[in-house]
Amino acid sequence: MLLGNSSFFSSEPVQTALIVGTCAALVSAVIGVFTILRGNAFAGHALADVSSAGGAASFLLGINPLLGFLGMAWIAAFGMEFLGVRKVRERDLATGIVLGAGLGLSALFLYLDVTTTSTTGAAVSVMFGSMFAIPQSLIGPALVASAGVLLLVGLLYRPMMLTAVEPDLAAARGISLRWIGLLQLLALGLAVAVCALAIGAVLATALLIGPAGAAIRLSRRPAQAICWAIAIGLTAVWGGIWMAYESYYWFSGNAWPVSFFVVTLVFLFYLAAVLVAKVAGLSARPKSVIWPHCEV
Amino acid sequence: MDLGGRRILRDVSFELYPGQLCALIGENGAGKTTLLRSLLGLTPIRAGQALIDGASASQRRALVGYVPQKIAFDADIPLRTRDLVQLGLDGHRLGLPLFPGRKKALVDQALHAVGAEAFADQRVGELSGGQQQRAVIAHALVRQPRLLILDEPLANLDFGSANALVALLGRLTRTRQIAVLVTAHDMNPLLSVVDRLVYLVGGQAATGSVEEVVQPEVLSKLYGYPVTVLRHGRRILVLPDVAAEDAEAGTAAHVPHPEKAD
Repeated sequence: MLLGNSSFFSSEPVQTALIVGTCAALVSAVIGVFTILRGNAFAGHALADVSSAGGAASFLLGINPLLGFLGMAWIAAFGMEFLGVRKVRERDLATGIVLGAGLGLSALFLYLDVTTTSTTGAAVSVMFGSMFAIPQSLIGPALVASAGVLLLVGLLYRPMMLTAVEPDLAAARGISLRWIGLLQLLALGLAVAVCALAIGAVLATALLIGPAGAAIRLSRRPAQAICWAIAIGLTAVWGGIWMAYESYYWFSGNAWPVSFFVVTLVFLFYLAAVLVAKVAGLSARPKSVIWPHCEV
Repeated sequence: MDLGGRRILRDVSFELYPGQLCALIGENGAGKTTLLRSLLGLTPIRAGQALIDGASASQRRALVGYVPQKIAFDADIPLRTRDLVQLGLDGHRLGLPLFPGRKKALVDQALHAVGAEAFADQRVGELSGGQQQRAVIAHALVRQPRLLILDEPLANLDFGSANALVALLGRLTRTRQIAVLVTAHDMNPLLSVVDRLVYLVGGQAATGSVEEVVQPEVLSKLYGYPVTVLRHGRRILVLPDVAAEDAEAGTAAHVPHPEKAD
């Protein structure tokens, strides 16, 4: 690791990692809650994996990797929406098929990366991320993509929530399920791209689903769930960056990858949330309300 | 009305006034849900129209409250009953819900109307089936619709819950002076509150009061084969005749209905 001896906050790679990581934690928390509520976790995972093909292609073509991740995530999202049917089983099927095809492309592009260019680290970087190696020039695009997600979700917050809770109720209110689904996938694609840039395409799922999944277990209200997801995501990302930085000294000059620490922290938070929800759920279970008592 | 190339309903016509409860009775596949969806403006009507307060249903969405069939919220949805009701008020709006406090009075009122105060702050996924249904009714009521539509609200409810729900619907109809449209397989649980009946068989309907519709002649014509109507106290049973020659006897055997179920 080229971290040198500068202190944590004055190190340029750390600063870049902190900014991009914060973006990733924020957007994944916000869109993650909706993704889980709609039962789209598998689709989110597939989008992230498939986006690796875009990341690999971007090395090959020498373009901005964020655009690569985003392009492929959107293609996959539209592919799934196009193939996908409303039924859960068929949707999972379509998702799985798109996932397989995308990873196949990824294999090809990564092979070409290694054979035609000298980017030997491409595979690890695309798949598992290397946060301390993100070029500063990507900060701007990452901020724009994140702002896009926050804007979309902020605008569609209530229709997206109603659709996630019960599509029939949303449809009866004149909300177009098709448009909401499409715009949500659009936002999910943006979030996937930022996460893939930060911790790699394969591990992006952890950040997309983990903090939101833990938050949902801890909350009674939608806004509360989003706040928890942001808090957990940020803690995991910041903690992971700090631990990776420090690990340089723990392992005598061999810093372990940031992604490992981030994902591990997310996992631990999820475990803790499950435990807390179980314990709290048992004691806080409300007294059963006897119903019916006819009020005629 | 056509759906997927198949004609689901034809020549169905009825009117409903504020303060009236109408039961839409029919078996599975009779076209009940299709009829409801057309009133919600979700399924186009091929000929004729669905008017609510004189305008087409799709323009009058704000005047219709809808309680769908088979409500089952996941246990871990981070949404309280109160939040669900609030979404009934502003779920279609863009932007963030910045001043929820202003709407609290309306939400509380809707919760009160269905007797859901006791579980207002519980997650909807933790509620019983009957409670979830009340929560959704409050969601549908909070915008003070003129027409409240419930799709098979009595399915999956035990007797006690079903009776309480019927009483609630009767009360809402009278006190709020709204029109309520309820679908059901079986008219019996609803008889104490029903003002009008739309009896659907194979996409065609007989409409009118219970007394007008539930007659052997009317229903035999609708079914296309002779049926018998049996009345026992306040309960009504519609049965196909065993054989054509028994039709006469069956009709004769039917107990003349009491003056009026009160």
